[in-house]
Amino acid sequence: MTRTEIRLAGFGGQGIGRAGYILGKAIALHEGREAVFTQEYGPESRGGASSSSVVASDEPIDEPFAEHPDIWVVMVQAAFDKYVSRIKPGSRLLIDADLVETHDLPERVEVLAIPCMRFAEALSAKIAANVVMLGCLVAVTEAVVSAESLRESIRTSLPPRTLQKNLEAFERGLAFGLELREGADNEPVRTA
Amino acid sequence: MTVLTSQAAMTAGDAGHPLDPELREGRIPHIWCPGCGIGSVMQAFLEAVDTFQLERNRLAVVSGIGCTGRVAGYLKADSFHTTHGRPIPFATGLKLARPELHVNVLSGDGDLAAIGGNHLIHAARRNIDLNVVCINNFNYGMTGGQVGPTTPLGAKTTTSPFGCHEHPFNLVDLVASCGAVYVARWLSMDVRRLRRSIEESFSKTGFTFIEVLAPCPVNFGRRNQLDEAAQGRMLVERSEIRNGADTREVAIPDEGPIVCGKFVDHERPSYLQLLEGLRARLQEHST
Amino acid sequence: MYDRVLSGIHFMSGNIACAEGAIAAGCRFFAGYPITPSSEIAERLAARLPAVGGTFIQMEDELASSIAIAGASWGGLKSMTATSGPGFSLMQEHIGYAFMTETPVVLVDIQRGGPSTGLPTLVGQGDMMQARWGSHGDYEMIALCPASPQELFDFTLRAFNLAERFRTPVLVMSDEVVGHMVERVEIPTAEALEIVERHQPPSPPEELTLPYHTDEVNRIPPMAPAGEGYRVNMTGLTHDERGYPTMNAEGQDRLVRRLVGKIRQHADELELCVEDGIEDADVVVIAYGITARVSQGAVRRAREAGLKVGLLRLQVAWPFPDARIARLAESARALLVPEINLGQLVREVERAAHGATRVVAVSHAGGHYPAADTILAAIEEVNK
Repeated sequence: MTRTEIRLAGFGGQGIGRAGYILGKAIALHEGREAVFTQEYGPESRGGASSSSVVASDEPIDEPFAEHPDIWVVMVQAAFDKYVSRIKPGSRLLIDADLVETHDLPERVEVLAIPCMRFAEALSAKIAANVVMLGCLVAVTEAVVSAESLRESIRTSLPPRTLQKNLEAFERGLAFGLELREGADNEPVRTA
Repeated sequence: MTVLTSQAAMTAGDAGHPLDPELREGRIPHIWCPGCGIGSVMQAFLEAVDTFQLERNRLAVVSGIGCTGRVAGYLKADSFHTTHGRPIPFATGLKLARPELHVNVLSGDGDLAAIGGNHLIHAARRNIDLNVVCINNFNYGMTGGQVGPTTPLGAKTTTSPFGCHEHPFNLVDLVASCGAVYVARWLSMDVRRLRRSIEESFSKTGFTFIEVLAPCPVNFGRRNQLDEAAQGRMLVERSEIRNGADTREVAIPDEGPIVCGKFVDHERPSYLQLLEGLRARLQEHST
Repeated sequence: MYDRVLSGIHFMSGNIACAEGAIAAGCRFFAGYPITPSSEIAERLAARLPAVGGTFIQMEDELASSIAIAGASWGGLKSMTATSGPGFSLMQEHIGYAFMTETPVVLVDIQRGGPSTGLPTLVGQGDMMQARWGSHGDYEMIALCPASPQELFDFTLRAFNLAERFRTPVLVMSDEVVGHMVERVEIPTAEALEIVERHQPPSPPEELTLPYHTDEVNRIPPMAPAGEGYRVNMTGLTHDERGYPTMNAEGQDRLVRRLVGKIRQHADELELCVEDGIEDADVVVIAYGITARVSQGAVRRAREAGLKVGLLRLQVAWPFPDARIARLAESARALLVPEINLGQLVREVERAAHGATRVVAVSHAGGHYPAADTILAAIEEVNK
């Protein structure tokens, strides 16, 4: 079994669903692997912490939800507070460096802090913070998806007029992620 | 003016009734009681079809459930007998699927205004391209004369044995306020005006509504001291034609004049016209 | 905006795949009323249908939606509605109406937790029996049960083919999880699709005096559309071969037996399921939709633990595969039935098993599917 579960959490309207869709599509259409993307559905359209999940596998996927995520992506404090109790020991946690402060984490959780929103703002595209995160995600989890697959998925999933900015955001996140990884080879990353 | 009753059809002899070719073979005698107004409305409708020279292959008639609901099955048209209250949404689907059809709804007040009331107001709001004739006999005739949405205050029915204590609808005002492009009210006995009005409604584009007040001697009249011809006589005596009257002022009163006439006749883009507009915009966009 | 058939490989949700399956099948009329968790089907078709020359209309309620599609079907168009729990309840009368009037229509039910408003955004499978018995009187329902977005595409298309072939309402009985989950969906080219078109009367209007007369073999009359001179005559009343009301016991027996018979006699060929290692299994899990999908994982893990376990995944729930279940009941020590309700499918399995083996329910009232762990524990328990 090669099942990998990824859960992305953020504020409603932050593009968490879109990010999960792009990730799932990259895996399912461009990696030749199985992937299921699901979203939490609630009555509210905006605001409130919400999450989406991607399950990737080399085999047909039975259970579609990421119930025990191996990787967490958390974009905002409210989402962290809501989901922290579900983070399992030994998982990886990617957070927005400026927007999330961790607490009460279980053992052996590897935390990677990425200033997604800051990078996105520097590109005058706050809405692309989720794509910055995707770039970083690919750098630290190459086994799940490749950068080229994600680029292709971004190209076919986002409106053409926003494509340039989003691809820039993606490359920014990717570069930062690669730096993080190199750093990790030299010294242990921050662990809770 | 001959009224098409079962007696008339049966006594017409070898020559038959002039409208026989418009009816399905073997369906007459019909189920309506002596003195019922529905037969003459059917006659007026068929004559309007004839004088308007409506192409028979394009004629569709949709009915609901109830005494009037049986009209569709008698006519040699594309005819559809639907569920209770739903002839209008059925007709909506039929018309949208096949816009070249001339789709008519003939049904009763209980069918169209009580159980089907929601569909009536929304079809009028959409201005969907349908011609509706609503035969109002003030009660549920087929099920034995129960109180309905048009039963006058105080009238006795099998489910208002002490006299109706609910206010009735002013149907023409209801439909006019929702946006129908043609609204009229006639008596079933006034076959000539009714026929002209139906004919006129055929020429309209959009949602038209004709309320026809019809006696129901057996189930309604009998319980309200209006035996046999008395209810019909009462309607004729009290009726007053006021074309162009404000529909807000033509609620059927407990006493005094019952106002008939053509109340609304104006233009408003119909559902199909708006849909065609949308399609044209999409076409333009894609080329 | 798009082609008629969206050929290619997509990453799409079950609900969107359902809408695309409908369009590929030739559906050109949709009437619906918004309801979670099925609304994406309506939204997709609102955007797609006008571009392919079809019509989308949002009606005032589900009663209107479910009969507007019957009207459009008689107007000659392949027609569909989609809904969930409460809306499906409101549509029941028109399922019986479409059955009685032999009107081909497709209904989609994206099941959610009930009863009543229940769990609008969360999964359920409590419509299993309503799908079969929800309308009054004797009738037969064809209900297809997809377990993936791909199957929502495939089965919606198939539902149209069956509706046209049998002149009957056909249900796509899915659920919230399958409707909302996004997965790879492969849509074939238009040429590769098998599409069934309506069987029209061979004779001209003046010669068609008995529009409901059928041969003794298939018992399905051809269907003349409105507007072609046939003077279509249809009613929900019990009727004879002319379409005239026949208010007596003989007429009722003749008509209803034919209508029910035309489905029942084809029950064998309507049957569709996926068998996975059931031949020599001690325990066979029987499920459909998302529950069957989750069961696959439980069955695999049970086998890894050395147990002889099989899975029968129903792709058609109605007509129910009685004979197949009866055979399984002879060979298996237990039949395990996980479902998202407190016991509906399990009753059918019990009925078909005729007491030949143990039948055990794994039930959940809704909001989530039974976890693979729960199903696995139940397998281990009955295997003791």
